[in-house]
Amino acid sequence: MASAPSSTTDGIHLPDTARDLVKILVAGPFGVGKTTLIDSVSEIRPLHTEELLSEASAQVDDLDGVREKSTTTVAIDFGRISLPGGIVLYLFGTPGQERFRSLWEDIAYGALGALVLVDSRRIDASFDVLGLVEETGLPYAVAFNAFPDAPDHHTDAQLRAALDLEPGTPMVTCDARDANASIDALLALVHHLIDRHPPEHR
Amino acid sequence: MTGRRAGRPLVPAYLSTGGVTRSSRPQLERLSVLTGSRLPVPAGPSAGLPAAALSLLDALDGGSLTVVEAAALLRLPVSAVRVLAADLIDRDLASARAPIPPARRFDPDLLKRVADGLRALKHH
Ligand SMILES: Nc1nc2c(ncn2[C@@H]2O[C@H](COP(=O)(O)OP(=O)(O)OP(=O)(O)O)[C@@H](O)[C@H]2O)c(=O)[nH]1
Ligand SMILES: [Mg+2]
Repeated sequence: MASAPSSTTDGIHLPDTARDLVKILVAGPFGVGKTTLIDSVSEIRPLHTEELLSEASAQVDDLDGVREKSTTTVAIDFGRISLPGGIVLYLFGTPGQERFRSLWEDIAYGALGALVLVDSRRIDASFDVLGLVEETGLPYAVAFNAFPDAPDHHTDAQLRAALDLEPGTPMVTCDARDANASIDALLALVHHLIDRHPPEHR
Repeated sequence: MTGRRAGRPLVPAYLSTGGVTRSSRPQLERLSVLTGSRLPVPAGPSAGLPAAALSLLDALDGGSLTVVEAAALLRLPVSAVRVLAADLIDRDLASARAPIPPARRFDPDLLKRVADGLRALKHH
């Protein structure tokens, strides 16, 4: 076997310059546009892992969960963006349903923050994910993903009230299919993170 | 439109079991960087390396990979790659480093550099 096929691994290995690996969660309910946003900005073809769900969600008082160990999987996709200075930013598409809690905590470990995608046609579908984000203590920004038939009669104040957001939590609109719009949404989050951590000693 | 706090009880985080580390070594993170040592791999069944561990070593031949990238490449759950990688590390066939040097994790300039880098990515 002289030459192993390498096409499957092309571009996946880390550049030698990679030094600081950081991550941001792109969180939201099913079909809100997580994969689309990650796809728009990722430098590698977005990858995914198959995560065993029941292993993660089995709880002490949930015998059914224990019995059904390792029967369900969920696909978690992620993308990668190499930035100057050896920084590599990973984006993890993270579903926010309550039953993904343990998986959520594992993915959220060490994250800089979360961009929570909200579909303004069904904002209550995002309540679970906002609850998880807040419990995890991750700073976050909210991005309303622009679907064509989204209602336009809600004011920012109404949306902020319905989502019960703190006054300082950024709220932006984005089109996850558009790279620049997706980058702007990520920037709204990162600027929020910077404001929370004013540089010391200067 | 109604607010979300109504009728949505939160389970306190302390009731959750996530994040408990069972092994003695620090748990490999999703973004821990795995690098093959390029030592000759002991051949034959006696070496006791499962096929999946050999596949992981193979994947590291082309360069470093994060745990989650290795999992995606090998089509294995992250939990399985954590076990395989720990085994390779124990045998000095691979090494792991943290996603970011501890001293840099709270470097105030890091976020600013992320913002600058993202801005530079935009197409005009
Ligand atoms: N019009 C419009 N359509 C979008 C937008 N973002 C995503 N979509 C479409 O919405 C559908 C769902 O998007 P996905 O990116 O797959 O959503 P997801 O959050 O990854 O969904 P799950 O992985 O199932 O949880 C796809 O058909 C997208 O093309 C957007 O900003 N505008
Ligand atoms: Mg998806």
